Amino acid sequence: MSHLPYVVAAWLLLVGLYGVVTSRNLVHAITCLSVAQSSTYILLLSVGFERGGTAPIFLDVPVGTKAVDPVVGALALTDIVVGATVSALLLALAVQAYKHHGSLDPERLGREQD
Amino acid sequence: MTPTLRRRVFLVAAVVAGALLLWGLTGLPDYGVYAGPYGDVLNRVAVAERKAANVVAAVTFDYRGIDTMGEEFILFAAVLGVAILLRAQRDETEQPPDEDAADRHAPATSNAVRVVGLALVGPVVLFGLYVVTHGHLSPGGGFQGGVVLATAALLVYLSGEYVTLRRVSPEVIGDLAESTGAAGYVAVGLLGVAAGATFLANVLPLGEPGALLSAGTIPVLNLAVGLEVAGGFVLLLSEFLEQTLVIRRPGEVT
Amino acid sequence: MIALEVTVFLLVAAAGTAVVLTRDPLNQAIVASFYGLVLGIMFFVYQAPDVALSQITVGAVALPLMILLALAKVRALRGGNGEDDDR
Repeated sequence: MSHLPYVVAAWLLLVGLYGVVTSRNLVHAITCLSVAQSSTYILLLSVGFERGGTAPIFLDVPVGTKAVDPVVGALALTDIVVGATVSALLLALAVQAYKHHGSLDPERLGREQD
Repeated sequence: MTPTLRRRVFLVAAVVAGALLLWGLTGLPDYGVYAGPYGDVLNRVAVAERKAANVVAAVTFDYRGIDTMGEEFILFAAVLGVAILLRAQRDETEQPPDEDAADRHAPATSNAVRVVGLALVGPVVLFGLYVVTHGHLSPGGGFQGGVVLATAALLVYLSGEYVTLRRVSPEVIGDLAESTGAAGYVAVGLLGVAAGATFLANVLPLGEPGALLSAGTIPVLNLAVGLEVAGGFVLLLSEFLEQTLVIRRPGEVT
Repeated sequence: MIALEVTVFLLVAAAGTAVVLTRDPLNQAIVASFYGLVLGIMFFVYQAPDVALSQITVGAVALPLMILLALAKVRALRGGNGEDDDR
């Protein structure tokens, strides 16, 4: 129990990579890649969690109340938005690849266009 | 390499990698017990030093402001890449959607969707602006508020009014907003240099924590990032929509 | 509190596995939207509301939208070519 989130993060990373490796469709592979990315957010936030702590926003609560780590929250929130934009870039690449090769299957993309 | 062979090789590698990961990760301190000093130090001093109630916003835009600038430029580059990839190629034509309305196969959007979707556009824009400007006081900030603002443009498309959306030229607006946001962030950083401190130093008056105009440069940077993220996502949305609904290859059906 | 956390972690692991095991990209976009929502709930349990807000807006709205638009374009192109693409 004390290491469950780390196990979940490792599991999601490996499952996401499995999806990318055995994928037959580029769009499916891109979504699996975003699952693998989300495992890093889980790992970051688990490191910074303090049981019994509140959110690190001190508008209603006085300064000095036990709160979770703000640094990992800052890292994760910019990461999520930027990760989605990079997935959009990959999707645009997949669309153009389909246009020029007629297939979204990674197996067929490496061959000559027939 | 055949697919089954690849799957087997991957499973072997995954078992080894999984074992190594678990061995490494179980060496971390127990989950729920926060050991490191930086979080506690920041939680204690950030409100007094920077007068920002939201310590996460203070970390993102002040203590680690240059990392956020890097992330912002990754977003900028990715949107640039999408705009380049999805431009009309040589043998493609553009067919604006109001010209071939006669042979559209898709059913018209129901009135309920149109009314609710369009009625929500105003409140969503207002909410997005609230999230962006109150980033230093409550959870939110430029990144989250920017995406909420871009969702307003998405609502217009979902209500079936893509022709109207196109008339507003979302690419031009998105382009302008995104560049202004990205340049604005660097300009605020240079403001710090001009005032005699380091790049991205917090040189504006700090005010009192809890007020809307507090925390120095943090709300200004929030605005710049919100503008950039909103412009970037609107540009992404309009590029994908144009590619799907307007640009046609020879031999493509609607 | 501990039971809530354990439940959310197991739900996240199950939803992530479901996203990978759904092979059809159209169905996968919907499952990915659900996964984004479950992740948002987990970040909320982690007392990180900023991250949860970010994840909900992006992972449940923006990302499945772009996947669906890319798939719509591919389907329009495929209809013209007449080629039967695999799943």
